[in-house]
Amino acid sequence: MGDEDSKATAMISILHSLWRVLRHTFDRRVTVQYPEERRVMAPRTRGRIVLTLDPDGGERCVGCYLCAAACPVDCIALQATEDETGRRSAEWFRINFSRCIFCGYCEEACPTYAIQLTPDIELGEYHRPNLVYEKEHLLISGPGKYPGYNYYHVAGLSIGGKDKGEAAAERPPVDVRTLLP
Amino acid sequence: MTETIRLLLCILIIPNVVLGMAAGLILLERRLLAVWQERLGPNRVGPFGLLQPLADAIKLLTKEDWIPPFADRPVFVIAPAIVMATGILTCAILPIAPGVGIVDDLNIGLLFFLAMSSLGAYSVLLAGWSSNNKYSLIGGLRSAAQMLSYEVFMGLSLMGVVILTGTFSLREIVEAQRDGWFFIPQFLGMVIFMLAGLAETHRMPFDLPEAEAELVAGFHTEYSSMKFGVFFIGEYAGVVVVSALMTTLFFGGWLGPWLPPIVWFMLKTLTFICLFILMRATLPRPRYDQLMALGWKVMLPLSLLNVVVTGAIKLATTGDGG
Amino acid sequence: MRVKITVDGKSYEVEQGDNLLRACLSNGLDLPYFCWHPILGSVGSCRQCAVKSYQDDDDTEGKIVMACMESSNEGCRISIDDPEAKRFRAQIIEWLMINHPHDCAVCDEGGECHLQDMTVMTGHDSRRYRFTKSTHRNQDLGPFINHEMNRCITCYRCVRYYRDYAGGKDLDAFGVHDRMYFGRQEDGTLESPFSGNLVEVCPTGVFTDKTFKQHYTRKWDLQSTPSVCVHCSLGCNTILGERYGGLRRVLNRYNADVNGYLICDRGRFGYGFVNSDQRISEAGVRIADGCTLESIDSDVAVRRFTSLIKNKESLIGIGSPRASLEANFALRQLVGKENFYSGASAQEFELVATVVDAMRNGSTQTPSLRQIESADAVLLLGEDPTASAPLLSLALRQSTRQQSILEAAKAGIPMWQDAAVRGLAQDSHGPLFIATPAATALDDIASETVRAAPDDVARLGLAVAHELDPKAPRVVKLGARLKLAKRIAAALLAAEQPLVVAGTASGSKAVIQAAAAVATALGVARAKAAAPWLFLTLPECNSMGLALLNAKPLAEIKQQPKGRGGSVIVLENNLYRRAKAEQVDALLDGKTLVVLDHVQHPTVDRARLVLPAATFAETSGTLVNNEGRAQEFHTAVMPTGAIRPSHGWLLSGLTACRPDEKHALSLEDLRAACAAEFPELASTWLSDESPTLRYAKEKVPRASFRASGRTAMHANVSVHEPTPPEDPDSALAFSMEGFRDPDAQLIPSYWAPGWNSVQALSKFQFEVGGPMRGGKPGVRLIQPCKDAPPSYPDEIPAAFAAREGEWLLLPLSRVFGGEELSSMDPAIQVRTSQAQLLLHEDDGLSLGLSEGDIVEIQSEVGSFSLPVAMRKNVCRGVAMLPLDTPGVGFLQLPLYASIRRVSG
Repeated sequence: MGDEDSKATAMISILHSLWRVLRHTFDRRVTVQYPEERRVMAPRTRGRIVLTLDPDGGERCVGCYLCAAACPVDCIALQATEDETGRRSAEWFRINFSRCIFCGYCEEACPTYAIQLTPDIELGEYHRPNLVYEKEHLLISGPGKYPGYNYYHVAGLSIGGKDKGEAAAERPPVDVRTLLP
Repeated sequence: MTETIRLLLCILIIPNVVLGMAAGLILLERRLLAVWQERLGPNRVGPFGLLQPLADAIKLLTKEDWIPPFADRPVFVIAPAIVMATGILTCAILPIAPGVGIVDDLNIGLLFFLAMSSLGAYSVLLAGWSSNNKYSLIGGLRSAAQMLSYEVFMGLSLMGVVILTGTFSLREIVEAQRDGWFFIPQFLGMVIFMLAGLAETHRMPFDLPEAEAELVAGFHTEYSSMKFGVFFIGEYAGVVVVSALMTTLFFGGWLGPWLPPIVWFMLKTLTFICLFILMRATLPRPRYDQLMALGWKVMLPLSLLNVVVTGAIKLATTGDGG
Repeated sequence: MRVKITVDGKSYEVEQGDNLLRACLSNGLDLPYFCWHPILGSVGSCRQCAVKSYQDDDDTEGKIVMACMESSNEGCRISIDDPEAKRFRAQIIEWLMINHPHDCAVCDEGGECHLQDMTVMTGHDSRRYRFTKSTHRNQDLGPFINHEMNRCITCYRCVRYYRDYAGGKDLDAFGVHDRMYFGRQEDGTLESPFSGNLVEVCPTGVFTDKTFKQHYTRKWDLQSTPSVCVHCSLGCNTILGERYGGLRRVLNRYNADVNGYLICDRGRFGYGFVNSDQRISEAGVRIADGCTLESIDSDVAVRRFTSLIKNKESLIGIGSPRASLEANFALRQLVGKENFYSGASAQEFELVATVVDAMRNGSTQTPSLRQIESADAVLLLGEDPTASAPLLSLALRQSTRQQSILEAAKAGIPMWQDAAVRGLAQDSHGPLFIATPAATALDDIASETVRAAPDDVARLGLAVAHELDPKAPRVVKLGARLKLAKRIAAALLAAEQPLVVAGTASGSKAVIQAAAAVATALGVARAKAAAPWLFLTLPECNSMGLALLNAKPLAEIKQQPKGRGGSVIVLENNLYRRAKAEQVDALLDGKTLVVLDHVQHPTVDRARLVLPAATFAETSGTLVNNEGRAQEFHTAVMPTGAIRPSHGWLLSGLTACRPDEKHALSLEDLRAACAAEFPELASTWLSDESPTLRYAKEKVPRASFRASGRTAMHANVSVHEPTPPEDPDSALAFSMEGFRDPDAQLIPSYWAPGWNSVQALSKFQFEVGGPMRGGKPGVRLIQPCKDAPPSYPDEIPAAFAAREGEWLLLPLSRVFGGEELSSMDPAIQVRTSQAQLLLHEDDGLSLGLSEGDIVEIQSEVGSFSLPVAMRKNVCRGVAMLPLDTPGVGFLQLPLYASIRRVSG
C-alpha cells in the first residue's frame, strides 16, 4: 500500500505544483526593462576589462603574463618591456573581447591590481575587430577598485624614484664591506 | 451554391486558423511561461510583442537550410512534411460549431483522428532515422516507443465516450453532451486522454524524444531553418488539435449558453492549451523508463478498467443484453 | 653495484655509494633541494633535502639527515614523507624566504624558478615573518647577465659553478651572515665565457639572461624547439625559444655525450643575428654590378634562378661549412658533383682534410666532449680551445680534476662529496701540458706550458711521439724541450686515459699531424690498455659535414676550361672570408653570381640574384660536429615573407629547371637521396627523429600546456585565429596539442608536474646526470680504423727561427667576435674587445712600442693598422692577429710581416 500511497501523494503534489505555478500569474514581475530601465551594477560586476594606474600615476601593469596564463580562452596577449630605470610595463597589451568570457580569472591572477573588470557590460559591436582592445583602449586614468596599492612599493626591485631599501618593510641596502659583526 | 462557398471558406479558413494559432502559440507559450516565472516574456516586437511570431518566421525562413551530407536526403526532407500534413488533415474533422467544419459529419471522425496521430509518429521516427546522427536516432526511437505505447490507451480512453454515445462521429458526440458534459461520467477517460495527448504531441513533461538535456535536440538535432520550423509548427498544431478534441469529447464542444457556439469552442480549446502550457511550466521530465512504466503499468490497466466499467454500466442502464 | 634502499616503505634500486638525494631523484621521487647540482656535487649547505633516516627495521624514531650528504647502502631505510622531515624542510624554506622580495611578477625567473617550485613543494604558502627585509645593491655584470641580489637564498651554487667548476676568478661570495653577497669585487663584465650558465645554475632570479630581458617572455609562452648550436664545431645541443615569430632565447639542451648541462656564452647569447634587421628578407635582383638591389617577388625569383641554372655544364656551386648537410647536398644535386666546391678557404680545406684523415684512418679513438672530462692526462697542442671551441676548454678543466677524484676514491671519498674531494686535491691538478704560441685560458691549471710557434709545437709533439714509440721519426736539435717531451710522454703513459687535443685553429697542418702521431704512438706504447683519445677541433659547425660530402677545394675552380660565362651559386657563404679579394673577384669575373644567405656581407653585395635563406632557427637540417656526430636541428621560428630554407630554394630551382627528371621534393627525399649517395651518412637519418615520427599518431608539441594568447596575439591583424603553421620537416608541431612523453626522442623543453625550472631535466634522464631516457645523442658517423698500422708523418718541420725585422703572423681565435654569425649579435658585440696585435713584450720593446700603440703591419699582400698589445707569455718572433679583424680582410696565415709604429 505504501507504493500506492506515494503515487497518490505524487499526484496531489503535481496538482499542488500546478496550482502554485498558476498563482505566480498575479505576482510582481522581476524583469528590468533594459535599456529604458537600468539596474545599478554592483562594483564587482565582471564586465569590460581595464588596466589601471597606481596612485602615483604610473602604469600598474608590470607585464608579468599571469593574466594571459590564467585566461581560459587565451584572449590576452602582451609583450613586457622595461624602461631605463628598471620599471617594467607592457609594451603592448591586447584583449580580444570577442573571445573573452568575463570569468575574471585575469583579475584574480594579477599580482599588481592592474587588470580589473568593471561594471560596464555594454560591449555590443557589429564588427568583430572593434572588440579587439589595445593598451590605449584598456588604460583608464585611475586606480579602479583598489585605490591605495602600488606594487613597486612592496617589490624589491629598484625603479626610477624608488631605490633599493625604500620599499615597505625594507632595510637600507647592506654594506657588504663592513667589518662589524 | 452557398453550401459550396461555406465549404470552401471552411477549407480555407480552418487549417489556416489552426496554423495561425500554432504560430501564435509560440508567442502565447513564451508569454505565459514568463508570466508564471514572474517575467515579462517577449514584448519588444510590435505592440506587446505581438509580431514576435512574424519575426520568428522571418528568422526561420532566412536561415541557412542545411541538409547534412551524411543524411538520407529524401527521407530527411519528407519527415517534417508528414507531421505538418497529419496535423492539417486532422483539422478536417474538427466540429467547431454547427455548420463550421470541413468534413461536416464524418461518421468515423474519431478513428480518423487516431489514424492521423499514429501517422505523425512516422515523422519523428523518420526524422531521427534519416539524420544519421546518434542523438537523432535515439530521439526517434524513443518517440516511436512512446507513441506506440500511448497510442494504445489513447484509443482505449476514448472508447468510454464511444460506448456512451454509440458513434464515432464527433458532431454526434457533441450533440450527445447536451444533457451533461462527458468529463463527469468519463473523468478517468478524460485524464488518460489528456496525458496520452501530451505524450502524442511530445510536449513537456513527455518530451523525451527531444530531451535537450541528454539528446541535444533529439530527432530534430540536424534540422535547421524552415524544416525545423515545420516541426515546431507541427508540434503546436498537435497541441491545438488535442485541445480541440478534449473540448469536443469531454467538454461539450461548442455547447454553452449566451455566447455564439464558435466562441465557446475557441474559449474551451484555449483553456486547454493554457493548461498544457501550465503543465510545461510546472512539471519536470520523467525518466524514460518511468514514462514507459506509467504507460503500460498504470494507464493501460486504468483505461481498460474505464472501458469495462463504462460498458458494464451502459449494459446495466440500457438493459439491452443483446 | 646496485643496491636496494627503502624510501617510505617502497623499495628502490640505486647505485651503491650514490648520495641519497641523487638516488631519490633518479627514481622519480620529489625531494626539494637547492645547493646540490648534478655537476657540482653535494656540499650540504642549504639543508633543504632533509629526510628521516632509520638505523634498521626496528628503529621507529629515526633521525633527520641531509639526503645529499648520505651514501646509499644496501638496506638503507629513509622517509621523505615523515612529518618531522617535512616540517624541517618547510621551516628551512620559510627561513630562506624571509628576505626574499615580493618580486615574482617582475622577475625573469618567475614561472621557471626552482625556488618557486621548492616553496610550493614544501607547502610553505604564507609568510609569518613580519619584520623588515634586508636589501642589496645590484651590480652591472655586463651585457649577458642581469644581477638582482635581493633574490638570493645563499645556496652558493653560483660561486661553486663559476669558480670551482668553470675556473672563473671574478665572482665570489662576500660578507658574512645576513650580509652575504654574491657578485664581483666591483661592477664590471663577468669575464668567464661560460657566465651564461649562471642563468640555469642559479635556482632563483639573481642571475638572469639580460638579452632575454629585452623581449621577455615567460617559459610557458615560449614555443621550444630542440636545436644544435652553430657557433663552433662542437655541436652543443640547445633549446630555442620562440614567441610572436621571433627567436627569444637559447637554453642549454642536455646531451649526455656532448655538452651535458652547460653551453658557452657564444652559443647562448649569439642568437641575435636571427632577429637582426641586417637580415636579407626579400629576394633581390641586381641588373649590373654596382647597381642597387631591386627586391622581387619570390615566384619571380624562382623563375630567374631557374633561367640562370639551365645550363648545367657552366654551373659552379660553392657550399658552406655553416650550412646544413641537406642544403649542401641540395646544391650538389643542382650543380652536379663535378661542379660542387667546398666553401672553405684553401687552408681550412686542407686542415679539415687532415683531421678527417686522422680520424678515419688512424687507430685512435675520438672521445665525446663529455668523455673528455674523465681523461686524466692531457696534451694540448697549438690552440686555445677557450676561443675556438669554448666548451672543450671547460671539459679539459674538469679532466685536470680526474686524478684527484681517483685519489679521493682510493681514500673512500665519493666524487659527489665536492668539498671533500676539492679539499683533498687542494691546488693540485692532473697533468695538462699546453704548447701554444700564446697564452691560453687554461694556463692557470696547466702542469707545464710552452710558448712556441706552430712548427715548434709540432716538433715537440713528434718528439713526444718518438719517446712513446721509437718507430716515430726522431726530432733532432730539440734542446731543452727534449726533457719536456720525455716528461709529457711519461705522464701520458702513466695515465689511465690519456688525451691529445689539437685543432684547425692553430692554422698548422703539422700540429694536427703531430697530435695524431702522439696519439698513435701512445696507442702503440700502451698496447693493450684502453685506446688513447685524440680530439681535434674544426673551424665551423658543419666543416665535418661538408668534408664528408667530398666537395672539391675552392682552388680548383680556376682550372675549369670553360672560364667565362655561366653562373656561380654561393650557399650561405661569404667568399671574401675564404679567399683574397682579388682571387674572389677573378673567380666571379664574367659569371652571374647567385647568393643564398640570411645576412648581408660583401658577397651578397655583388650578387646578381639574392635569395633570402632561413637561418638555423628557421629550418630543419643536420650538422656534423668535429667528432663526426650528426645531429639534427629543427625549425624554431617560421620564416616570414620570402625567406625559405636554402634547400627549399635549391630544390624548387632544380624541379623547375629539369622537370623531366625525378627530384627530391622534401627534406625527407633529400635525406634519402643523400644517404643513397653517401652510405657513410646513411645512419644519420635512420633515427626516429624523422618527420614521419609520431607518438600515438601525434606530433610532439612545441608549446607548453599553459601557452597563452592564442586568440589575441594575431587579433590586431585578423580576429579569425590563423591555423598554426605546418612543419613538414620534423615530428614537432607548432601547437600545444600533441603527445608529450619523457621517453620521446624529441624533448622540446623540460617540464614535469611540480618542476617548472630547468631542474625538471632529471625527470627525463635514466638517472640524474646520465643519458636521456628518450632524447637522441646524435649519430657518430666516423669510426676509427682499429687495425690501421701506426703511421707517422714523413716530414719533420724545421725549427722556427725568429727573423730579424719580420714577425710571423699567426691566427688568434677569440671567443667573442671571432665567429661570423655570433659577431652580429648586439650583446656579443659589446663583449667583443677591440682587435689588437699580440706581441711578446720584449719584441714590442725592441720595436720601441708601448701598449696600445697603433702599428702598421706590412706584408707582401698589403698592409693594415692595429693597436698593439704586449704580453710576456707569447712566443718570441711571432705576432698574433685576431681572426675576423675588421678592416683587415682575408689573410692566409701564417705569414711574415714587418711591424712599424704609426702613432701612440
